[in-house]
Amino acid sequence: MDGYAAPDFANIEEYLDSQLKKSLLRFITCGSVDDGKSTLIGRLLYESKMIFDDQLASLKNESKKFGTQGEEIDFALLVDGLAAEREQGITIDVAYRFFSTDRRKFIVADTPGHEQYTRNMATGASTADLAIVMIDARKGVLTQTRRHSFIVSLLGIRNVVLCINKMDLVGYDRDVFDEIEADYRDFASDFGFEHIQAIPVSALAGDNVVTSSENTLWYDGPPLMEYLDTVEIASDAQEQPFRMPVQWVNRPNLDFRGFAGQVVSGTIKPGDGVRSLPSGKTSKVARVVTMGNDLDEAVEGQSVTLTLEDEIDISRGDVICADKSPAEVSDQFQTTMIWMSDSPMLPGRSYVMKIGARECQMQVTEQRHRIDVNTRAHEAAKTLGLNEIGVVNVALDREVAFDPYDINRRMGGFIVIDRMTNETVGLGLINFALRRASNIHRQSLDVGKDLRASMKGQKPVMLWFTGLSGAGKSTVANLVEKRLAAMGKHTYTLDGDNVRHGLNNDLGFTDADRVENIRRVGEVAKLMLDAGLIVLVSFISPFRAERRIVRQMVEDGEFWEVFVDVPLDVAESRDVKGLYKKARAGEIKNFTGIDSPYEAPTDPEMHIDADKMAPEEAAELIISRLEQAGLIGG
Amino acid sequence: MTTLTHLDRLEAESIHILREVAASMQNPVMMYSIGKDSSVLLHLARKAFHPGPIPFPLLHVDTTWKFREMIAFRDALKDDPNIDLLVHINEEGVEQGVGPFSHGSAVHTDIMKTQSLKQALTKYKFDAAIGGARRDEEKSRAKERIFSFRSAQHRWDPKNQRPELWSLYNARIKPGESVRVFPISNWTELDIWQYIYQENIDIVPLYFADERPVVERDGIMVMVDDDRLPLEPGEKPEMKKVRFRTLGCYPLTGAVESEASSITEIIEEMLRTTTSEREGRAIDKDAPASMEMKKQEGYF
Repeated sequence: MDGYAAPDFANIEEYLDSQLKKSLLRFITCGSVDDGKSTLIGRLLYESKMIFDDQLASLKNESKKFGTQGEEIDFALLVDGLAAEREQGITIDVAYRFFSTDRRKFIVADTPGHEQYTRNMATGASTADLAIVMIDARKGVLTQTRRHSFIVSLLGIRNVVLCINKMDLVGYDRDVFDEIEADYRDFASDFGFEHIQAIPVSALAGDNVVTSSENTLWYDGPPLMEYLDTVEIASDAQEQPFRMPVQWVNRPNLDFRGFAGQVVSGTIKPGDGVRSLPSGKTSKVARVVTMGNDLDEAVEGQSVTLTLEDEIDISRGDVICADKSPAEVSDQFQTTMIWMSDSPMLPGRSYVMKIGARECQMQVTEQRHRIDVNTRAHEAAKTLGLNEIGVVNVALDREVAFDPYDINRRMGGFIVIDRMTNETVGLGLINFALRRASNIHRQSLDVGKDLRASMKGQKPVMLWFTGLSGAGKSTVANLVEKRLAAMGKHTYTLDGDNVRHGLNNDLGFTDADRVENIRRVGEVAKLMLDAGLIVLVSFISPFRAERRIVRQMVEDGEFWEVFVDVPLDVAESRDVKGLYKKARAGEIKNFTGIDSPYEAPTDPEMHIDADKMAPEEAAELIISRLEQAGLIGG
Repeated sequence: MTTLTHLDRLEAESIHILREVAASMQNPVMMYSIGKDSSVLLHLARKAFHPGPIPFPLLHVDTTWKFREMIAFRDALKDDPNIDLLVHINEEGVEQGVGPFSHGSAVHTDIMKTQSLKQALTKYKFDAAIGGARRDEEKSRAKERIFSFRSAQHRWDPKNQRPELWSLYNARIKPGESVRVFPISNWTELDIWQYIYQENIDIVPLYFADERPVVERDGIMVMVDDDRLPLEPGEKPEMKKVRFRTLGCYPLTGAVESEASSITEIIEEMLRTTTSEREGRAIDKDAPASMEMKKQEGYF
């Protein structure tokens, strides 16, 4: 096929040796099904002879069954892999395709273009050197074109091929092509693309895919395949300072201690000075070890093992850098994050960050804004949902070595992992450090109630048990606390009797003292809420007004009034502590229910009919209500 | 400036992946199928950890129906001090006499390969199984992750895969769960052969053409490797110059007629040929998307 993969077998060894000198280009294709993206990739594979006879035969079969091209071969079916996708006619994940020419091997990340698949597109873009952006010539630059280009630019791709497809359907009209190209260049002007190559194609008919088309004589650029084959990808990776995250400390015996990793930028030779980060310790490279022979030099991309002249302590996750131009070190960053999970990103919650070969704990300290993926407008938002992009500040539990993502993708890109589910929930790009490690004064972390609570995996809430003496408040509260503790929740119970023996031992039972009693307990409980705890308060607290005061002291939804309700005669008949007897005998004054009123709650969060329900049932009911309200669980 | 070739880059990526598995998993194992992809994988593992030994064992799931030359090739590894080789056979299957002729290829493959593999993973409590699958082999594999998460039941859920960004692999799992890791995901069959040529890697002689006794069935040439192959009435093994493009259970693996007796000749033949690699394998043809179904059930 026009010189591609059509080897000259006259001298097979020579041919093979030339094949061994191929370079590698990774690219991503962006566009939706309707743009003809899958058809284009299918055709690239077909034209480069990556489709075999048996695949072609099964393709012809499937084209009749699922295809959209009648009796013609539907190239899109070649690349729409999973059965579900074939049936639905959409591409729902990232698929990797391979083809090669005599000059290059290509790895194609084929990603879906729908908005809900922003994460897949980011995944494909993360390893790509170049992006093919597909545009339907009939439709021109659309919102989705902007979205795709934005993501591609965000992930650091600097080289774009603008494939203006379906030229056959616009009569190969040059004006249409020129207008779309101009539109695109205009809106992409601040995306940081170094090169944009626009090509008029018809993926279906094959125009300008492999050979220059007779239908577009006005186009004097290369066809797509030729462009991909020859495009120079500006790779200054070897000119950048040396960086190698250490993956593995190789210590087979006492005489050998090597640090294994992949060189992510720069070059390294024996004798070069290096610095290990974050420790900052320095040494010189003794050997660059690979199996077979030591190397005179290792370059960006190679996986090697380094030995050093000095015994310095380096472990997995550390980064070995050029001594004179080391990476930065910090534990607080401003980042751009793309969220990839159905559960939203929550500021204050603790996640795992993986950067290089290091995992550490990460908290989002502040979300600065969200970015509309279509318009790039900044929006105020506290969280990020699936496929949303935001600028957020994060704090780590330790210092890590990094370079800004703009400068070094492998040193500035990280993934975010949920600690509970272990799923990869987000990706991030480090923009800059908020604080350099060299600064002596630590900027204090903004630790607040939300942060403290999220570290405990719960939401703070105050369960205020009110009711007559002997109603069973403490019994139920104790059972609830046991259940919460068993669920790993952090709790504390303030009980009327306990508090009166200590904090409030100066207070009696006059109305004024009762009010002060409740006020103090309310304040203590509020401090505990602030500490992120679930607080159970078991107090008779007979007056509505005081209970209302406590309710107003805390945030909406944090005060749960639990009315443990029994008729007076039931409580009195129980009389566990013999108090009713003493009150009736006049030995205790101002006893609630006897000579002091109990004002039953008018609208409590929970009403427990404690004379009709066992304490265990009551506790169960309370737990399930807390779960329903999303305060515990998860 | 040094320019890396595509093989240099593929090799470096695979070594990076192998080191990530070794460093981040508790108890990894490398699946060793004795085929050319396994030979490449083993070579890469040696490179990744040189001068140390390979820090995980190799596991061969033996269906008892492999070519004899494969077993001889495998057993030669036992003398290598840098390699710890485990062989697992589904003894229940053996007791029940499961084989491709008595039970059919689907049942045989399920019990002696898929179930046997799960048995071994459970028995040794491996939390990572490194395999030599490539994305170019089959359509559903094009979307396979490099670190591919499996539930405690060893199942693969194609809709619930972890996104893989850059070269950052999420290796975190809960007790009982595991990952399958595919370090040569981005290699094609041609890359494999070129690398074998470049690195002079030892492979099973069955890949090279030789005179071998074969019978033809349903368009597939089956080698009469031992006397367990029941001959149909009137069927007589013929000596033909054949070789194998993939290796598996001998009754399920089709030979191709060939004159290619060296690596260069194999590559030359490959570049001329127009039939894809899995064609010789009976397993894919059962139903559309059959590989996808087998993967969900726990086949590699």
